[in-house]
Amino acid sequence: MAIIPILIGWPALMALVIPLLRNPRVRGRVVYVGAAVVMVLAAFLLGAWLQGGGGIVSLCGSVPVIDHLMLAGEFALMVLIVYLSIKYKKYPVVLLSVGQTGLITWSELTCPVESPTHIQLDCLSMLMILIVALVGGLICIYAVGYMQAYHQHHKDYQDRSGFFFSMLFFFLAAMLGLVLSENLVWMYFFWEITSVISFLLIGYTRTEEAVNNSFRALWMNLLGGFGFAIAIVVAAHTLHTVQLGELVAAKATIPVVLLAMAGLTKSAQLPFSSWLLGAMVAPTPSSALLHSATMVKAGVYLLIRLAPAMAGNMTGMTVAFIGGFTFIAASMMAIAQNDGKKVLAFSTVSNLGLIVACAGIGAEETIWAAVLLMIFHSVSKSMLFQAVGSIENSLGSRDIEDMHGLLLRLPRLTYIMGIGIAGMYLAPFGMLISKWVALKAFVDADNYLLVIFLAYGSATTMLYWTKWLCKLVSLHHTKVKVTDVTRKDQYLSMYIHAAATLGLCLLFPLVSSRVVTPIIEELYGTAHEVLSMSVLTTMAIMLISVIFVPSLMFLLTRSAHRHYVPIYMGGVNEGDNTYFTNSFGDPEHLYLSNWYLRFEFGRRRLMRPGVIISAGVIIVMLCMIIGGAV
Amino acid sequence: MPVLSVVGYLVLAPLVGGLLDALDRRVSARMQGRQGPPLLQPFYDIKKLFSKQMIAVNSVQMLLNLSYLVFLAVAGSMLFAGADILMCLFILSTADMFLVMAASSDSSPFSTLGAGREMIQMMAYEPLTLLMAVGFYLATGSFHVGDIIQMPHSAVLVMPGFLLGFMFITAIKLRKSPFDLSTSHHAHQEMVKGITTEMAGPTLAIMNIAEYYEMVLMLGLVALFFINEHWWSWPIAIVACLVVYLLEILWDNVSARVKWRTLLDSCWVVTLLAGGLNGLILMLVR
Repeated sequence: MAIIPILIGWPALMALVIPLLRNPRVRGRVVYVGAAVVMVLAAFLLGAWLQGGGGIVSLCGSVPVIDHLMLAGEFALMVLIVYLSIKYKKYPVVLLSVGQTGLITWSELTCPVESPTHIQLDCLSMLMILIVALVGGLICIYAVGYMQAYHQHHKDYQDRSGFFFSMLFFFLAAMLGLVLSENLVWMYFFWEITSVISFLLIGYTRTEEAVNNSFRALWMNLLGGFGFAIAIVVAAHTLHTVQLGELVAAKATIPVVLLAMAGLTKSAQLPFSSWLLGAMVAPTPSSALLHSATMVKAGVYLLIRLAPAMAGNMTGMTVAFIGGFTFIAASMMAIAQNDGKKVLAFSTVSNLGLIVACAGIGAEETIWAAVLLMIFHSVSKSMLFQAVGSIENSLGSRDIEDMHGLLLRLPRLTYIMGIGIAGMYLAPFGMLISKWVALKAFVDADNYLLVIFLAYGSATTMLYWTKWLCKLVSLHHTKVKVTDVTRKDQYLSMYIHAAATLGLCLLFPLVSSRVVTPIIEELYGTAHEVLSMSVLTTMAIMLISVIFVPSLMFLLTRSAHRHYVPIYMGGVNEGDNTYFTNSFGDPEHLYLSNWYLRFEFGRRRLMRPGVIISAGVIIVMLCMIIGGAV
Repeated sequence: MPVLSVVGYLVLAPLVGGLLDALDRRVSARMQGRQGPPLLQPFYDIKKLFSKQMIAVNSVQMLLNLSYLVFLAVAGSMLFAGADILMCLFILSTADMFLVMAASSDSSPFSTLGAGREMIQMMAYEPLTLLMAVGFYLATGSFHVGDIIQMPHSAVLVMPGFLLGFMFITAIKLRKSPFDLSTSHHAHQEMVKGITTEMAGPTLAIMNIAEYYEMVLMLGLVALFFINEHWWSWPIAIVACLVVYLLEILWDNVSARVKWRTLLDSCWVVTLLAGGLNGLILMLVR
């Protein structure tokens, strides 16, 4: 298990080395090597852990040196935040940062708590390590090609690629540390690092919008961090422990609810969703990283850890409500977006809502669904972001309207998009199966409101994905030539993601029994099969039909002789299916638009009520829970 | 037994669907003071469509249409095999998605318009179908059709609201007025023929056969409300299906097409009032 410090240290080392390299070619090579080593290290850790029989491995007893280093690190982060906040005149952020660092320091000095284990490796953290290392590593590889094309397109932004890669690796290190920490003070340290790095990544371009959005992300995440800090102080003073496992086992109400609030801010649930939506201004690899492998997954990871302590109490109900509400509200707002990345952002918020709702219910089945949703979501969403980023670099736009007939223009990227979209909502890909299990579990937990949210939310989810997919498959011939500028390393990353999406779908029963069931066993002590054999058979039928029916039909119809005719356009078709003769007798270009239902589902219409409702529920429930527990 | 009923569904559904379609045309004609076509007219139509020259606007439409047909057949087979009703409904949505893709692949103005409206229709009816599956689960303790039809009492006794809601959205699935937004029976209307505008000959025939499968599937879901362990529930269920079908025809003939907004609002409100309340009561008394 000596590999663990190396696993966390290696990306941190890479983060320090990369900015020193000026030559882009050398830097690219170093990034490849760095990412590959992270993946290999994660694989080695998996091997070593499996050889040791799996299970819970507790490590790292009392290490005062690291504790002190972390405290110093927290102060360094605070100084950085204070400096930048004053530089950009965002003074309230200073209070948040100084406040929480002060709280933690005060607590450590006045009420030092002996901690038996600082680092713990179990099934859930192993799964998270694999997700972070593999998906995150691939995103780093993708970023090498992407950033070159990005800066060729955007000459107006200063090229700070070295800094960018450094931050990506730093993020991986912090994420790996976070999922391995059992001691809350350590976890808090890594938690703060992810907040600050996401802030720096979002502000990469240094435009006014980027700076504003990055500070929004910062204050919201610091607010969550503030809750985290208070939770630590309360736990240390009342329960004399800062071990996450012990807090969950003791079902300590106040620390759990505060940690859950921190999880909600990090996983961008309403009313804290706007930071993730604003994060779209950053280059795509950072969005992919924030949305799929890291950051938001840190939030749901913490909530899944807390789930046993939330089952059946008010904290759980609040978290489940916020999650379900975010699921439906975000999926509605996604309908009205025509910017590809915005749709992906809303869909992330929405899917995380479902995971959060599952964690809030805290039953075995819902956690089963939550973990599976997390796995499928990371892979599919990372792939979708990368595909949209590549399309943007080739097309010069990420507007879904401009993607009309993309199948004929950028076929390879379109297939990747198609697999990603299908993975997000179609039968029998994992997301849908997990949704199915979640629905059953919500009924069993007698939470009818969540059932309603899920029923309506599925319908709205269906609409925004279907209309995007339809836009892609329109066989529309245009004269505008598009060259695919996507580089080999980008394709490599996307192909691996696509293969993983399909593979996870094929190996679904295996993933369920070998990966998810042990996690449930560790969290709850027991686990029974969530999916019965008959459901698996049904799934097999669905899988076969979805994969084989279209292929079979393709083979059947390929040889059929057809007589091709032009489409009917109302006016006379000019013969190329692109122009028709209008009422003046002039040729007019055909333009087909998607439905966006802006007046009904627009962000302007739904965001504010959504924020007000969710903020109101959170404030009232927080008061009731804390008031009831004191 | 499941094998028999699946084979029965696969073979008989197009025939039953065709006969129901003929019945629809006859009854509608009588309501409008006309004679109406002979009882076998739908089959003559399909035969004629298959005999026509294979013309197409692109190479993938036929493939997507065939996928639509096969997925509907799979969804129906799952219902008639007594499998999980929720999975059956998920596949039903997947099938519909292939139809929408077939229509959008043409990149033609009227079929794209139809595809857009079809998507709105899917969004309008899907909440009720999911809630209905939950309703069956609450009423009978199982998502399995095989278990649902083995209950001592018909499900409709405890879930009348769901039946009402389902009848409401069946108008969408059967493409009946006032909810026939995505396609029409007559090409002189505002969206020409909607999603089927660019489908001709054998492609259109396949689409029609798929609709017959869908029709039988929908009526099978209606029957699910009535069937219980007693043999006499089966004739009652068949009569109930016919009554529901005739009510849909009546509704088709007395109402005009509505705008998409009315469709969405009314379906969602009816879903919430009929299905949502019924489900809530079921959950509270459980």
